Amino acid sequence: MENIIDVQHLVKRYDGLTAVDGLSFTVAPGEFFGLLGPNGAGKTTTIRMLYGFTPITDGRLRVFGMDIARDWRAIKARIGVCQQDNTLDPDLSVEQNLLVFAGYFGIPASVARVRAAELLDFFALTHKKDAKVVELSGGMARRLILARALINQPDLLILDEPTTGLDPQSRHQVWEKLAALKEKGLTVLITTHYMEEAAQLCDRLVIVDHGKILVNGAPAELITQHAGGSIIEIEGPDQALRDYLSGNEVACDDLGTKIIVYTTEDAALNTIIREQFCTARCTFRSSTLEDVFLRLTGRELRE
Amino acid sequence: MINSSTISWRFLKVWRRNLVTYQKIWKVNFITPLLEPLLYILAFGLGFSGLVEKVDYAGQSLTYTQFIAPALIATAVMWNAFFETTYASFVRMYYQKTFDGMLATPLSLEEIILAEVVWSATKAFGAAAIMMTVLGLLGFIDFPSGLLILPIAFLGGLAMGAIGMFFTGITPSIDMFNLPIFLFITPMFLFSGTFFPVSNLPTWAQPMALAFPLYHMVELIRRFSLGGSQTHPGISIVYLLLFATVFLLLAMRTMHKRLIN
Repeated sequence: MENIIDVQHLVKRYDGLTAVDGLSFTVAPGEFFGLLGPNGAGKTTTIRMLYGFTPITDGRLRVFGMDIARDWRAIKARIGVCQQDNTLDPDLSVEQNLLVFAGYFGIPASVARVRAAELLDFFALTHKKDAKVVELSGGMARRLILARALINQPDLLILDEPTTGLDPQSRHQVWEKLAALKEKGLTVLITTHYMEEAAQLCDRLVIVDHGKILVNGAPAELITQHAGGSIIEIEGPDQALRDYLSGNEVACDDLGTKIIVYTTEDAALNTIIREQFCTARCTFRSSTLEDVFLRLTGRELRE
Repeated sequence: MINSSTISWRFLKVWRRNLVTYQKIWKVNFITPLLEPLLYILAFGLGFSGLVEKVDYAGQSLTYTQFIAPALIATAVMWNAFFETTYASFVRMYYQKTFDGMLATPLSLEEIILAEVVWSATKAFGAAAIMMTVLGLLGFIDFPSGLLILPIAFLGGLAMGAIGMFFTGITPSIDMFNLPIFLFITPMFLFSGTFFPVSNLPTWAQPMALAFPLYHMVELIRRFSLGGSQTHPGISIVYLLLFATVFLLLAMRTMHKRLIN
């Protein structure tokens, strides 16, 4: 079956600045695909090119096998987009937001009413259907944006940081809904700063930085490949430990007050460190996607 | 950039969105066009009638209130359309990010801009209809020719809405709308034959008045209200059509530059 998204050597330049620098990736039907990266890595720019908001500078971008520059209207009719900013219409009620938005897709009013009712029910917003958008909590507003993105029954759902700024309860509720949509076989492209979210939801993901792809793979694979599978965090490391690690060529990151050792479940190494070097505090844990992310994109602040 | 594939009837969906919103506040918006002409007529009728005997205009001798009554409709069209595509459109574009949301649907930016301008003309049309009724009841408008005020209000609304949208495309912030209002709208409001005939202006200033779209709206509305005007109505209609088209295209260009990058 043909890929839903096919991006080859995609480039976006703003006078002098290269925001996206030759990205290539594909998303297969039914895949939950993650686009991760630090702020300014080019994620939102890529997403905006995908739904035809931003014109591409160079490369090839095909969605549903069609060219975005030529067939933008046909493509956009089959995409649902959940933008990073709250773009809900504050002049309209919750239900009207869905109905008016359905109009932009040319969906007949009678069909729109049925779908709006279903979506409000699915996202637990039925009791708020006549409320003003400004009266909604952050979590409810986000759910309404998701509902709105699904009003055209899209074949591809694009989510730009769908849970940023939500409290843990709301975030988990959104995850639950996204998992349910994934169950139904919807193709999803998501950007997020929550590695836990990406690890849980994504079948496959790429980590981008400075407009380029660093890695591409399933979350579990990436963790094994790039963060060893398990980790020891040693606080207050001494010179003896540093000498031991460099002498034995152990994979690690030295953060000054803390050393992170990637042990690849090496029992012998675990024992040695536990018995000889854990003078202050040691944490033994499984490695996570966050370790992969920080290892690949570095720990310096971006903004 | 602007070609036939980017503009379709879909723009009416955006127009409808503004109508749905307006339905919530129409009662408040109804009052201004209803009371404004009464206030002006009252103020100028009482205050000016002693100062100004008669106004000679297009071969007719008019009382001052007869002279300004049609112009009041034209200025209402100007304010309604211009405010809608400046302040109101800017709020939708910049603060509410309404256009960003729309651009994630099969709408094009050109359709959104067209809809905003057509909507502003619709609002102006509504205000003109109310004022026409009020002034008609007071005997300031001849019927049935006065009914032609309605299409003129829509056309004039398109012209004013288009240039307002153009300013929205280039203004750095909402406060900067003071500039086009001070430099363009206010002089136009005063010197378009609204409160005194353009023929009273010095000869060198008269052609400038003729460039104002408000002048042509005032001329057309006066002709259909009173049966006479200084400029041929064909010229005024063509001028308003051209003005609307040129600034609609410019508005699409500047908004494209502003939002799509």
